[in-house]
Amino acid sequence: MAVRRGIQETNRVIAPGQTYAGVDDRVNRPILQNLTRSPIWWFLGFGVGFFFLMVYLYSVTTLIIRGVGIFGNNVPVAWAMPIVNFVWWIGIGHAGTLISAILLLFRQDWRTSINRFAEAMTLFAVVCAGMYPILHLGRPWLFYWLFPYPNTYGMWPQFRSPLDWDVFAISTYASVSALFWFIGLVPDLATLRDRAQNRFVKLFYGTLALGWRGSAKHWQRYQRAYLLLAALSTPLVLSVHSTIALDFAYSQVPGWNNTIMPPYFVAGAVFAGFAMVLILAIPLRYAFGLQNLITKKHLDNCAKVMLATGMIVVYGYIIELFIAWYSGVEFERYMAYNRLFGDFAWAFWALILCNAVAIQPLWSRRVRQSQVALFIISLIVSVGMWLERYVIVIVTLMRDFLPSSWGNYYPTVFDWSLFIGSMGLFLTLWFVFIRLLPTVATSEIKELVHHDMHHSGHDDDHDAPTHRAQPEVS
Amino acid sequence: MAHAVPAATAEPELYGLVAEFETPEALLEAANAAREEGYTKMDAYTPFPVTGLDEALGMSNTRLGWVVLIMGLLGGASAFFMQWFAQVVHYPLNIGGRPLNAWPNYIVITFEVTVLLSAFTAGLFMLARNGLPRPYHPIFNTPNFEAATRDRFFLCIEASDPEFDLGLTARFLEKLGPVRVSEVEA
Repeated sequence: MAVRRGIQETNRVIAPGQTYAGVDDRVNRPILQNLTRSPIWWFLGFGVGFFFLMVYLYSVTTLIIRGVGIFGNNVPVAWAMPIVNFVWWIGIGHAGTLISAILLLFRQDWRTSINRFAEAMTLFAVVCAGMYPILHLGRPWLFYWLFPYPNTYGMWPQFRSPLDWDVFAISTYASVSALFWFIGLVPDLATLRDRAQNRFVKLFYGTLALGWRGSAKHWQRYQRAYLLLAALSTPLVLSVHSTIALDFAYSQVPGWNNTIMPPYFVAGAVFAGFAMVLILAIPLRYAFGLQNLITKKHLDNCAKVMLATGMIVVYGYIIELFIAWYSGVEFERYMAYNRLFGDFAWAFWALILCNAVAIQPLWSRRVRQSQVALFIISLIVSVGMWLERYVIVIVTLMRDFLPSSWGNYYPTVFDWSLFIGSMGLFLTLWFVFIRLLPTVATSEIKELVHHDMHHSGHDDDHDAPTHRAQPEVS
Repeated sequence: MAHAVPAATAEPELYGLVAEFETPEALLEAANAAREEGYTKMDAYTPFPVTGLDEALGMSNTRLGWVVLIMGLLGGASAFFMQWFAQVVHYPLNIGGRPLNAWPNYIVITFEVTVLLSAFTAGLFMLARNGLPRPYHPIFNTPNFEAATRDRFFLCIEASDPEFDLGLTARFLEKLGPVRVSEVEA
């Protein structure tokens, strides 16, 4: 394979011949460089993100001043773009937790190179998602009424509503993901502290590293805590998107009241999330020269997970249509007819094209190994999963029980500016993250390097006795 | 290559003797040898978790899992109780004709609070038991200790060990093939 600046394109989890110090330099040196000497692409990316963040804040300000009517929502379609975008963003987050937690439980050593930035992606996606449940309220300043706290009215939140479950699910998801991410960062922050030359930079990372010194006693508890957090995050990630699915499945609306919703939403979330992981990973490995650590093996595996979950989603589409017919309920049948041939049939067929057809090339190894193809397919999947939520939320609401209450829905400029602005929020956070914190978990990579040194010449697919998940004492 | 004794007139307090190794295997061997020699108050410092190091150092297993289990159960029980208390006892309301004690509706929040409490226990209790945050520690006085987060592996035999003897322990550590052995002040 082509060698560029000592970088090898490889199909192993990490390229052979890595050293502890080499990993350290590769990941940490760009971070510790003087901020003014950041690469030009960083300033450009941050600048674009920051511009759209301003668009976001402008939209939020307008929303709060003028009210929720600036959106295109109407009476049959009271849930529209804000909910579509909410479900889309939070779905993206799920791949990060899948990589950091579920793959840890399955001892998949290819997670090591990508877990850090995937978790960061989760956090930033949850930040973008978490704003919508507040912003789509008519009176967002009273959102704290959704939390249980002793108050002088004797009032409680309504614990029988999935919208209140959402509050618990999202706030738990956000805070547990942040904790998991921070705990994973502590040893790497200590590395940055020890590498930093500048006094203030040292103080900054030293404060965040909490005085981590890599003691064997620390590592023992750390590994156990990390494993426990992974074991807790796994059901958490399944429950969060299931809870969001229940916002729909709990209702009586034909097209929403489907029992398949929770697992189908979770699969869709992982599908969309892995697409975003690929969209971020492919430029990232070039930007930081991480091809030795984020190898083609990772892209290939991500593509496989994307294909597997994508096929579950396709199965969901088939089952939705089959059950609509099989139910014998005319409202259910009409829902299916409306999706397939109604005024907004283009959305359904575009979604089938993006999510069911466009992923089929991923069966081929050649496509999975081609970064251009993967990047394009991932973009298509991201659009497709957005359309899926659009069809489920909006197209369903347009035509339900009473024909006198049928309507159409057209988003306004503020629907779009808030959505595009939320991408600015994501990008801003993302560019700050890749500049300030290690995008790859160096201490975990060093474990892989250690393992590699003992098995040089072996294939990398066999069970690796490394990892955080290793129980300490048999 | 013992580190020179500092030229202070007052005897500096000693934290321990630290040997620096180049590979995790050498550190593991040294830790095993030190345990067999009878040392008990020692610790190793590594850039990544080294499998088998805790056994080599004679450390007992962590009980973190039990604490997490208890806190998780407590979180779940209190979340369910809160919902039941709010909807059945404190301010019962007929909403949607559902029964007051609509227990299936309480499961999601019960579950989420269970995860929330156990995860925060796992993370924060681990940090607390490790004595973090603690910006200063005597081990940071070790020469070249910055490499403990990079590519070097350190074994410290603490001065508080009953078997500790400055001369004998230093000679013992020198025999293990370290890069250097340093005296570290408390």
